[in-house]
Amino acid sequence: MRHVDEYRDAGKARALAASIASLCEPGREYTFMEVCGGHTHTIYKHGIEDYLPDNVTLVHGPGCPVCVIPMGRVDDAIHIARRPDVILATFGDMMRVPGGHGSFFDAKAAGADVRMVYSPLDALRIAERNPGRRVVFMAIGFETTAPSTAMTVLRARAAGLDNFSVFANHVTIIPAIKAILDSPDLRLDGFLGPGHVSAVIGCRPYEFIARDHRKPIVVAGFEPLDILRSVHMLLVQLREGRCEVENQYGRVVPWDGNAKALQAINETMELRPYFEWRGLGFISHSALRVRDGYAAHDAERIFDVPGVRVADPKACQCGEVLKGVLKPWECKVFGTACTPETPIGTCMVSSEGACAAYYNFGRFTRDRVREATR
Amino acid sequence: MTGAGLNGNGMDEGVRTAGWAEAAVAEHAHAAPVSREEQVLERIDRARRRKPRVREEAITLAHGSGGKATRTLIEAVFLEEFGNPLLDRLDDSARFAVDGARLAFTTDSSVVAPLFFPGGDIGDLAVNGTVNDLAVSGATPLYLSAGFILEEGFPVADLRRITASMRRAAEAAGVSIVTGDTKVVERGKADGCYISTSGVGAVRRAPSGSVRPGDAVLVTGPIGEHGITIMLARGDLDLEADLASDTAALNGLIAALMDACGGEVRRMRDATRGGVATVLNEVAGEHGVAIVVDEDAVPVHPAVRGASELLGIDPMYVACEGRAVVVVSGGAAGTALAALRAHPLGAGAAVIGHVKDDPPGLVLLRTAFGGTRIVDLMVGDPLPRIC
Repeated sequence: MRHVDEYRDAGKARALAASIASLCEPGREYTFMEVCGGHTHTIYKHGIEDYLPDNVTLVHGPGCPVCVIPMGRVDDAIHIARRPDVILATFGDMMRVPGGHGSFFDAKAAGADVRMVYSPLDALRIAERNPGRRVVFMAIGFETTAPSTAMTVLRARAAGLDNFSVFANHVTIIPAIKAILDSPDLRLDGFLGPGHVSAVIGCRPYEFIARDHRKPIVVAGFEPLDILRSVHMLLVQLREGRCEVENQYGRVVPWDGNAKALQAINETMELRPYFEWRGLGFISHSALRVRDGYAAHDAERIFDVPGVRVADPKACQCGEVLKGVLKPWECKVFGTACTPETPIGTCMVSSEGACAAYYNFGRFTRDRVREATR
Repeated sequence: MTGAGLNGNGMDEGVRTAGWAEAAVAEHAHAAPVSREEQVLERIDRARRRKPRVREEAITLAHGSGGKATRTLIEAVFLEEFGNPLLDRLDDSARFAVDGARLAFTTDSSVVAPLFFPGGDIGDLAVNGTVNDLAVSGATPLYLSAGFILEEGFPVADLRRITASMRRAAEAAGVSIVTGDTKVVERGKADGCYISTSGVGAVRRAPSGSVRPGDAVLVTGPIGEHGITIMLARGDLDLEADLASDTAALNGLIAALMDACGGEVRRMRDATRGGVATVLNEVAGEHGVAIVVDEDAVPVHPAVRGASELLGIDPMYVACEGRAVVVVSGGAAGTALAALRAHPLGAGAAVIGHVKDDPPGLVLLRTAFGGTRIVDLMVGDPLPRIC
C-alpha cells in the first residue's frame, strides 16, 4: 500500500488546504465540476470537502458509466439474458441497475443465467468453458473500459470463439462534456478531467474546453491528494488568468494517450450516430457499436432486442444531477422514493454515482457533526 | 441538453414508462417539498424508520447479504409472523430463564463456498459461528446441534474431513454436539454440503445492554480476513495473498474480558456478514447514539487492505468469523484492551472509536486522510455465500 499511502497523507493535505484557501479571492464563488464518477467516489469516501473553503464547490459530472445507461438498454440486455441458451456476463455494478421490469439481480432470481465478472476476459473464459452456450458480455464504460472490450473481441475472433458476443454500451466522454458546456443552466469555473479516460485518449481532446469555452481543465488522479492538487492547479490558473489543459495525473496519463488502446477500439468499434444517455437524452456521436467486420461478436445483431425506450418518472432528476445543476439531495425523490436499496435513478446505484456517494458517505451536515468528530 | 444532439424528435415512438418506478414516486408524492439540506436529511431519517417492505417478487442474493435487504426480509417476513419479545430484539441469541436457570439459545446455517479454505472449512465455521453468538450474549456455550443437508454424490471423505474439523472446533470451545439430523437431496439441488447448527448456553454475566455517550468501541482483532480469504479461495480473481480465515471460537476471549471488567461491558456483537460497519450501525440505531470511528485506529491486515482496494470494497463491510465488536464504558477502555490483548485471539485488539450523543443513529468515520464521512448499512452483497 506504499504507493497509495503517499497520496493520502493528512499532513500534506492540510498544507495544500491552506494554500488553496489563500488562492481564493474573498467574496468570489468557485464552482468546479469533477467529470468522472471515480472522483466523486474519492471525494466522498475520504471526506475531501472538509479541506475546501466554503466558497469552493465541487459539482458532480456525468462520468459514471453505470449512471448513464438508460432503462431501455437494461431491458434489452435482460431480454437476451432470458434466453435459455445465453449466459449474460456483466460487472457487479450493473447488477442492481433497474430496467423497466427490474434489474439483472431480479432476472437472475427468475432463472436467467447472469454472472458477475471483473473483466471482459472473464466473460471470454466462460465462453471457452461453455461451448454449447452463447455468452454475451454487457459492456459498459467510457474510453476507460472500451479498450479491454475491444481486445476481448479481437481475442474471441482470433480464438474462433463464435459463441462470444458483446452488447456494447460504450460511451465517449467528449460529447458529454460538450453537452454540459452548451447547457445554459450551469455556470462552471473549471473542470477536473477524468484520469482513467485520459490515460486512453490523452489530454489533447480537451483543448476545445480551454480554447473555445475559456475554462481551465486539469486531468486529475484518483487519490485524495490528487484531487486537492488538481483543485489547487485550477485555482492557480484562475488567479493567473490562464485557461489551459493541464495534467496532474502524469504518472498514468500520457499527453497523447495510448495509441495501442485507441487502435484496438478503432479496429473493432465505430461511433453510433446517436445514443440515449440516462437523464440527458440523445447525444450525437456519443457511443460506440461493434463494426460490421465483427458482426459475429455483436449481440445487437445476433439477437432481436425490443429496443423500446423507457422514460424515467418525471420526478426523477438524474439528468439535472448528472449535469451538476442539482445537488443529489435537491432531487425531488432523493432518499424517499429513491434510495440505494430501491434505486429509481442510476445515480443511486453505482458506487460512482453522485447520489449513492452522497447517500452512503455524505448524508450529514458538517455543522451538525462538528461537535461529535472534534 | 439543447444543441447536444437529436433531442428525441421522431425517436419517442414506443416510449413507455416503468410501472414500478412511477408507483414508488407516487407513494412518496404526498411529502411536502423541502428546500434545506438538513430538512432533506430529517425526511430521509423518517423514511428509514418506517416499516420496511419487501418489494422484490423473488428472493435475490442481496437478501442473504446481512445488509439492508436481509434486515428488510427479516422484519417484513419473519418478524411479521414470528414476532415476540425475545425475537424482536434481533440479538445474536435469545436469552430466557427456565426454572430459574438463565439460558441463551441461537441458531446458524452455513452455506459457504468453497467448503474448504485457508484457515478453516464449513465445519469449524458452523461450530464457531454458533459458539460466538452465545458468547457475545454473555453465555457459556454448552450444547450444539448439527443438521446436514447433503447433495447426492458428495464424497464421504469430504464429509469426514468436515466432521473431524467440527469435533476439533467443539473440543476447543468446550462444547458437545449432542443432537443432529441428516438429509440428502438429489444431485444439483444443493451445492455439496450445508450445515445448520443450534446452540444453548448458560448465561453467566451478560453485558449491561445500555450504550451511552462517552463509551469506547473496540474490535478484538484485525477485520475482514475471513471474507477476503473466501473471495480469494474461489479463484475467480487473479489474486493471491498470504491470508487465512479468522474463524475461531471467542468464548475464551470473552470470558477473559468479562473477568477483567464485566461490569463495564455494555454491548458485544460478533462481526460476521456485513462486517464491523453493520454491527456499528445496528448498535447506533438501537441505542439512539452516534458512533465516531477513527479509520487509522481500525486494525486491517495489509493483504486485506490491498485486496479490498483492488476490488473496490471497504474492509469495514467484510465478514469476520472470529472477531467481536465490544462497547465498554469510557473509563474501562484501557482495562478491556489489556484483557483482550493478553489473550492469543485478542492480540490485535484495538479501540476504534467512541460513542457520542448526536447525530443519533449515525456512524461517522474520521478518515485517515483527515476528512469525515458516514458509514452506512451495506446495500447489495459484495461477497455472496461467505459463511
